[in-house]
Amino acid sequence: MVPVATFRNITIGQYIPGESLLHRLDPRTKILVTLLMVVGLFFIDTYLGYGLAALYIALAIFRSGIPPRFLFRGLRPVIIIILLTFALNSFMTEGEILWQWSFLTLTKEGLSKGGMLAIRLILLIVGTSILTLTTSPLALTDGLEKLLRPGKRIGIPAHELAMMMTIALRFIPTLLEETEKIMKAQMARGADFESGNLLQRAKSLLPLLVPLFVSAFRRADDLAVAMEARCYRGGEGRTKLKQLAFQAVDFLVLGGSLVFIIWLALSM
Amino acid sequence: MSIEIRGLTHTYNPGTPLARTAIKDIDLTIEDGETVAIIGHTGSGKSTLVQHLNGLLKPTAGSVKVDGVDINQKGVDLRTIRWKVGLVFQYPEHQLFEETVWDDVAFGPRNMGLADEEVRSRVERALAAVDVDMALAERSPFELSGGEKRRVAIAGVLAMEPSVLVLDEPTAGLDPRGRQDMLRRIQRLQKERQLTVVFVSHNMAEVATLADRLIVMERGVIVMEGPPQAIFAQGEQLEAIGLGVPEMTALMGKLRAKGWDVPDSALTVEEAEAAIMAVLRREARVGTGGDI
Repeated sequence: MVPVATFRNITIGQYIPGESLLHRLDPRTKILVTLLMVVGLFFIDTYLGYGLAALYIALAIFRSGIPPRFLFRGLRPVIIIILLTFALNSFMTEGEILWQWSFLTLTKEGLSKGGMLAIRLILLIVGTSILTLTTSPLALTDGLEKLLRPGKRIGIPAHELAMMMTIALRFIPTLLEETEKIMKAQMARGADFESGNLLQRAKSLLPLLVPLFVSAFRRADDLAVAMEARCYRGGEGRTKLKQLAFQAVDFLVLGGSLVFIIWLALSM
Repeated sequence: MSIEIRGLTHTYNPGTPLARTAIKDIDLTIEDGETVAIIGHTGSGKSTLVQHLNGLLKPTAGSVKVDGVDINQKGVDLRTIRWKVGLVFQYPEHQLFEETVWDDVAFGPRNMGLADEEVRSRVERALAAVDVDMALAERSPFELSGGEKRRVAIAGVLAMEPSVLVLDEPTAGLDPRGRQDMLRRIQRLQKERQLTVVFVSHNMAEVATLADRLIVMERGVIVMEGPPQAIFAQGEQLEAIGLGVPEMTALMGKLRAKGWDVPDSALTVEEAEAAIMAVLRREARVGTGGDI
């Protein structure tokens, strides 16, 4: 039962509909602020700086109306990476020795560096998932397409990239659902996905992967036909029903975040 | 083999903003050798309910007992339960994966750890039960027609020789002929192997011909339960939840409304014909003629 249940814990790329301030912001604002925050987080190297960044993200979570518990569940799959980063840095950095046992040396500098890296990872993941949790995939790619449009002159296929992303995002839940269904169908025939050594386990995935690929190709075919039947022929001359437009609040959030994050990155 | 369900509730994504209770407080007993149809609209919880019968879903509350054993207790080997309660999913042809039809059908029995000889005889029996020619056994399942794939996939479950067979919309997407053949096969299997059959459907004519008992579900709860005739006699209530009655039952209703003395329980064309002929003969004997 374990693998079936874990698919439901994946929060990356999930969208929770809502009416909060963050939901109403222009997707371009959210994408830009998120990007800025990601870059900014790499410049911060004091605990005070991380504390302020955490406060800023906490404010965003508070305004988004998303239950924090749900947000932190998204961390579960990467907790091992975070712990590993922390441990490696704590033991591998040279400096004032705090504790020693055979080849393991815990240093004060290492502990501080490891802690900071762990906090950075957590803030990165939580911060970026706020974007996808409050922005529908459609709005997200719409915003991305518009942001990338100036790049067209230097050969960036903005529309095509956005369309690919829309399709990919659209099919993540479908494929997860399909995986779960096929897994259950094979379990009903006595398949065992959990026990055995690595080779046996890899082999036991065949009854899952073959039907999954078959259905993914079938879906791709169907989608291509459906798109052509509706005369889709790329982004040339295509208009939009809903035009994105910055509101006063977008400029406020964008300006405020810009000043705050740049100040944080440079002074902390 | 009997199945006893008590207070069964299932909530998807519990504790998240996406939480959704699919079935609530279901009480249901399925007797040994019975054919039960579960009918209801899309989203009424039918599929969620049947996935509890072999432990693929764990109840949020309540219990499922197969032959008196609570299958969600610690220490119960769910794989052996799944061999006893065979579940055929909706569109089962999507689960085919092996290189040959034979190997695909043999997947279940091999998982059971049976000897080669036993696996072979089971695969043969299973393919025969769904009218798949042995000449197809060495072909790739992906080369078959849609109907054949469906039958091979069902054979894959039958090969485990379960004593309870659960089918989730076995006729979905088949043409009328394919539907009829499928129903006939299920009926034959039930008789030959003394199976307990549970099947999900929203086709009224289908459940009318096959089931001993109907379970009508609506928004996660059982709203009606009983033999087909008794359920279909409550046509209005069925209409109210968006389900109809079989065409022949509807016809009988209309004839009765016009003053014909026909029973309201006719389910199939044959029964309807017999009922109408009986009235016509009676009238001819009485000699009133009348305008029909």
